Amino acid sequence: MSFIHDTLLIFRRQERLALRQPAWVIIGLTQPILYLVLFGPLLKGLPTTSLGSGGNAYRFFVPGLLIQLGLFGSTFVGFAIIADWRAGVIERFRVTPVSRLAIMVGRVLRDVVTLVVQAAVLVLVGVAFGLRAPVAAVFIGFGFIVLIAVGLASVSYATGLLVKSEDAFAPLINTVVVPLVLMSGIFLPLTLGPGWLQGIARVSPFRYIIDAMRQAYNGHYFNTIMVEGIAVAFGLAVIFLFLGSRVFLRENA
Amino acid sequence: MAIIEARGLARTFRSRKRTVEAVRGVDLTVGDGEIVGFLGPNGAGKTTTLRMLTTLLEPTAGTATVAGADLLQDPVGVRRKIGYVPQAIGQTMGGTDPNCLVIEELLDQAGLYHLPPDAAARRAGTLMAQFELSGLERRPVKTLSGGQRRRLEVALGLVHTPPLVFLDEPTTGLDPQSRNNLWEHIGKLRSELGTTVFLTTHYLEEADVLCDRVFIIDQGVIAAEGTPDELKRRISGDVVILRVAADQDDAARKLLAEQPIVREISSADGTLRLTVERGEAALPSLLRVLDAAGLTLESINLARPTLDDVFLTLTGRSLREG
Repeated sequence: MSFIHDTLLIFRRQERLALRQPAWVIIGLTQPILYLVLFGPLLKGLPTTSLGSGGNAYRFFVPGLLIQLGLFGSTFVGFAIIADWRAGVIERFRVTPVSRLAIMVGRVLRDVVTLVVQAAVLVLVGVAFGLRAPVAAVFIGFGFIVLIAVGLASVSYATGLLVKSEDAFAPLINTVVVPLVLMSGIFLPLTLGPGWLQGIARVSPFRYIIDAMRQAYNGHYFNTIMVEGIAVAFGLAVIFLFLGSRVFLRENA
Repeated sequence: MAIIEARGLARTFRSRKRTVEAVRGVDLTVGDGEIVGFLGPNGAGKTTTLRMLTTLLEPTAGTATVAGADLLQDPVGVRRKIGYVPQAIGQTMGGTDPNCLVIEELLDQAGLYHLPPDAAARRAGTLMAQFELSGLERRPVKTLSGGQRRRLEVALGLVHTPPLVFLDEPTTGLDPQSRNNLWEHIGKLRSELGTTVFLTTHYLEEADVLCDRVFIIDQGVIAAEGTPDELKRRISGDVVILRVAADQDDAARKLLAEQPIVREISSADGTLRLTVERGEAALPSLLRVLDAAGLTLESINLARPTLDDVFLTLTGRSLREG
């Protein structure tokens, strides 16, 4: 099918370019590993009940770091499309019969692959530090971050293509992402916080996803938290993918 | 046969409360195998028209058939048949990724047109040879010279052997040598392959050397069209510069102004500047008139107008300004 052919073509091109300059993939991974090494040990000092992770602080912390990796990694991909737009590559592609949706989806696919590789490295380092979690949970966690990456990368590319300026893009993304990270309880449980913080954190979709991931890491697969997390993750991916594709399918972008 | 046929093509942009009519109804017909130039100052609607014809921008009014496909009904059909080389300076560049290898760009481009891998490899080889890029296959695009990179960008627009190619400012930013070299390649596209070329340019010399026909666009409409020679003759006329003795200046001026072939005349310190319809035919009769009146001619010079003169006459602006 033409769309699949086109998507794979774009995917291979982007993958090839990424492998040529692996610095960004490595830089993206350094941050969560630093948190794991330098922040993780602090959590061991907290009363185990507050983390709700049955005595293993890393079952609490690693899912958080995975989400953080997904959030930062996927929202900043739009940077690259601004460079591509400026190089005239986007315009050159848009004058060929290639599916305009594939121009986005091929890139998103590359980002998903990158993120899964980064996530696998992060989990392995986590295991070295003392993470013990069911294998099924690790894969469920990957499923969640794949959904996050699909949605956020799509929106990021669309935003990049609309904003067309790195100077405007970086602060915009930071303004959105940092509060989301803080409100998701990535580093510390939100239950430690006051009521008002717990209240506003309810609006962060990532909060539901991270709670579901932590359930899985603790071996609980069937409960409302899990259902909520899956619904939010799918909903987010579908809505953002739709919004992103609208920008790419517009007659003039 | 017409390969581009546009009628009333228009585009309005809305920003805030203002409405800007960038293109206000362009009619143009381009025949199969022609090389046509599209000239206009910045903001005249040149790029907007080009973007409409290449399906990058939807017209707000008008119709067009490009390479046999209807622009509005079948934009993908148009894309299959045309090649497009974006302009390489300004807000966006010419369409190559600095980190890609030359051969990768060509093969990816072939992939976008669904050429099978073996055909793509053969086509890439042909284009590399045709555009003097052989041996540069494994070089990253960023290490190419300006001329090489531009030739690669033109080659990318031709991967699928389109019958019609759009070149947006093909030689802007190139040194004179690379420019001449690219002109040769563009000329060969038509002479050897029969490709129709539609190019926009800032360089009048380029339009003069390359183009069979020129469209001049100003304020969103076509202000004039024709061969470069026709336009020069029709719009500006030729310029004859005569020198007579300083004291005969006024007499000569009066006499020549009466001649029907003289359109305009001005004089200063014995130098007379005349605008005439066809210079080479006008010279003998001008000489005879002066001779009969006993006026002594010191020198005579016939100057052809440039396309810039045409441009100035039509738009009140010089192309070089924009």
